[in-house]
Amino acid sequence: MYRYNDFDHGFVRERVRQFRSQVQARIDGVISEDEFKPLRLMNGLYLQLHAYMLRVAIPYGTLSSAQMRALAMISQRWDKGYGHFTTRQNIQYNWPKLRDVPDILSDLADVEMHAIQTSGNTIRNITADHFAGAARDEIADPRPYAELIRQWSTDHPEFQFLPRKFKIAVTGSSDDRAVTRAHDIGLRMARGQDGDIGFEVIVGGGLGRTPVIGEVLREFLPVQDLLPYIEAIVSVYNMLGRRDNKYKARIKITVRENGIDKIRELVEAEFILRRASFGGADQELLARIKTAFPAPDFIDAPIANFKTALAANDDFATWVETNLSPHKNPDYAIVTISLKTLGATPGDATDTQMQVMANLAEQFSHDELRVSHEQNIILPHVHKSHLAEIYARLADVQLAAANVGLASDFIACPGMDYCTLATARSIPIAQEIAARIDELKIERDVGLLKIKISGCINACGHHHLAHIGILGLDRAGVENYQITLGGDATQNAEIGKRAGPGFPADEIVSAIERLLEAYLAQRTSRTETFLETYRRIGIEPFKIALYGDGKANHAA
Amino acid sequence: MSIIVTDSGFAPAGADSHFLDIDAGHPPTDLADELNNIEAIRIEFASFADGRGFTLARQLRLMGFGGRLRARGQIMCEQYAMARRAGFDEVEISDADAVRQPQENWLARANWAAHDYQSQLRRPSS
Repeated sequence: MYRYNDFDHGFVRERVRQFRSQVQARIDGVISEDEFKPLRLMNGLYLQLHAYMLRVAIPYGTLSSAQMRALAMISQRWDKGYGHFTTRQNIQYNWPKLRDVPDILSDLADVEMHAIQTSGNTIRNITADHFAGAARDEIADPRPYAELIRQWSTDHPEFQFLPRKFKIAVTGSSDDRAVTRAHDIGLRMARGQDGDIGFEVIVGGGLGRTPVIGEVLREFLPVQDLLPYIEAIVSVYNMLGRRDNKYKARIKITVRENGIDKIRELVEAEFILRRASFGGADQELLARIKTAFPAPDFIDAPIANFKTALAANDDFATWVETNLSPHKNPDYAIVTISLKTLGATPGDATDTQMQVMANLAEQFSHDELRVSHEQNIILPHVHKSHLAEIYARLADVQLAAANVGLASDFIACPGMDYCTLATARSIPIAQEIAARIDELKIERDVGLLKIKISGCINACGHHHLAHIGILGLDRAGVENYQITLGGDATQNAEIGKRAGPGFPADEIVSAIERLLEAYLAQRTSRTETFLETYRRIGIEPFKIALYGDGKANHAA
Repeated sequence: MSIIVTDSGFAPAGADSHFLDIDAGHPPTDLADELNNIEAIRIEFASFADGRGFTLARQLRLMGFGGRLRARGQIMCEQYAMARRAGFDEVEISDADAVRQPQENWLARANWAAHDYQSQLRRPSS
C-alpha cells in the first residue's frame, strides 16, 4: 500500500491546523455560517438534516487494518458507534460535533487519511476497482495511477472552484467494476500496439437528474500523458462549463451542449500546452508509487480443509457460493463481506464490526481491505485454507450475510433519514424489500440481481444503473417510488427505462415482488439472469406485472 | 480605493493605468499575438466561487506571458495560495473586503510555495 511521505504528512497536518483555526473562528462567532461554509466544504464537512456530517475519503477504496481500526475508533469516540460506507469509496460519520472535527481530522492524519475534497465543486476522491491487484481479469493494478491522480488533484490551485463537482474513476480490468462510464472522467486500462499500458479515456458520464453514459474522448492515452491530458480536460471544463444553472453545470452537459468533437479539439490543443509544463518528475513519482503496490507475499499451503468445511457446513457453502470472487492466485479468493445483513442499514458498519474486519484483514488478507461502490467491504487476498475461520468470525458479528450480487445486496442512499436533499426514505424501503424477499425464500432462486434505491433525483443510490431501480420522490407531500428497469453498471453500461407511474411507500415492496415473480415465470432457465430475461423479452411483460394488463392502472 | 495583497501583506493601490483589464472568461488565445507587448494583466473575479480566473492565469503563463498578473475582485484570503500558485503575482481587493479579511489572514497564506503538490509533480526529472 502507498504510505505517506514527509510531504504528504506535512500537507495534511497543515490542513488540519488551518481548519482548526477556522472552526475556532466559527465557534467564537468571528465568522458567520455563510463565510464558514466554503471552508468546511473544502474539508468534507456537510450540514445535514439533524447534524454535521463528515465524509472521509478512502482513496481508490483501499484500507490497511490500522486505518480500518482508526475508522472504528473514530466512530466509537466521536460519533455514535457506526459509520456509513458510500458508493464513492468514502465513509460518512453522521453525528460529529463541530468542535470535535479538528480532532477527528487529526486522528485521521495519524493513519494517513483525510476528508479533503470530499465535498465542494472540486475533484473528489479518486475511485478504483475494488478488486484491484487481486482480480484475475486485470491488465495491471490501477491504484498506482489513481494515487498519482490523487496527488495531482489534491489542492490543485486551478480546480478548487469548478462549475460543479468532478469525479474520476479508474479500472485495470476488462470487467468494469468501477462504473467508469458514469463518471466525469472514466479511465479504462488498455494495451497499446506495442503492448504498453495506457488508458481509454471516457468523459461526461454521470447520474443525477440527467443520467448520461460517458463517451470515449481518447481511445488510447499513453501513461506518460495521463496528468497533462486529465489537466487539459478539467481546465477546458473549468472555462467552458456552465455556471448559471447548477443543474446544467456538470461536464456531461458541457459535452452535450458543445459536442464531443468540439470538446476533443479543445482538450487536444490544451493538452499540448499542459504537457510542456510536466518535466518528468510525475513519471518518477509514478515509478516510486508502483513500488508501494507489490503483489502480496502469497503463502503456499494446502487447501484441503477448505473442501472439508464446504462439505461439512451448508451455511458456509452457501456463503462461499455468493461472497467469493476468483483471485489471480488459484489458491486464493477475494472475499466480499456484505454490509446488507437483514435488518441492517445498507452500507453501515458498527465499530465492533469494523474492528473484526480489521483483525481479519491483518491476520488473513495481507493487511488489506477494500470498500466497494456497492457498499460492501472486501478482503482482497485470502488463502482458501482460512475461509472457514473467516466465515465463523464474521458470523459472530452479523457480517456473514450470503447475499452478494443477489436481490438484497442493495445500493441505497441515506435518504430522508439523514439527507437534506432527499425527498423520500431509502433505507426503510431497502429493509422492507429485504424482509419480503427473506419471507418468500426466493433470493437464491432469483440469482444475480441489482436493486438500487435513491431517495431523490440526485441519484446517489445509482438507481439508473440498476436492473431494478427505485427512485423516491415527493408527490404533494407523499412519498412516491418510481421504478426503472434494465440499467447496467458494467462495461456494457446502460440507463434503466422508467416502467411507468410510481407507487406509494406501502405498495412498492409488493410491486418489486411482482417483478421478481414475472422474471421467474418468464426466464428460459435458471442460468438466464433477470437482466438477460429483460433484454430478451423487453419491458412490456414487466409493465403488465406492475400495472396489470393495460386496464387497471391502480398506481396513480 | 483598493488594497494590493502580496506575500508581504497589504499596500495601497498605486496608478494602475498600464493594466490590461479582462474578465475571467476571456479567451486567452485572443491575446496570443500581443502577449509580449503587454506589461500587466488584471483578471476580474466576479465571485469567489467562479474559479475560471485561476485557469486563465495558468493558461497565460503557459503561453509565455511574463508580465505582472493581478487578480481583482471577489477573492477569499483562503484563495491567496491558489492565486499565487496559478501564476498571479498579487491580488487586489476593496477597502471593505480588506477590513473583513484583515492582513494577518492573508499573511497566513503567504507560505503558498510550501505544501504544494504541483511543484512536486512538475519538477524536471532528477
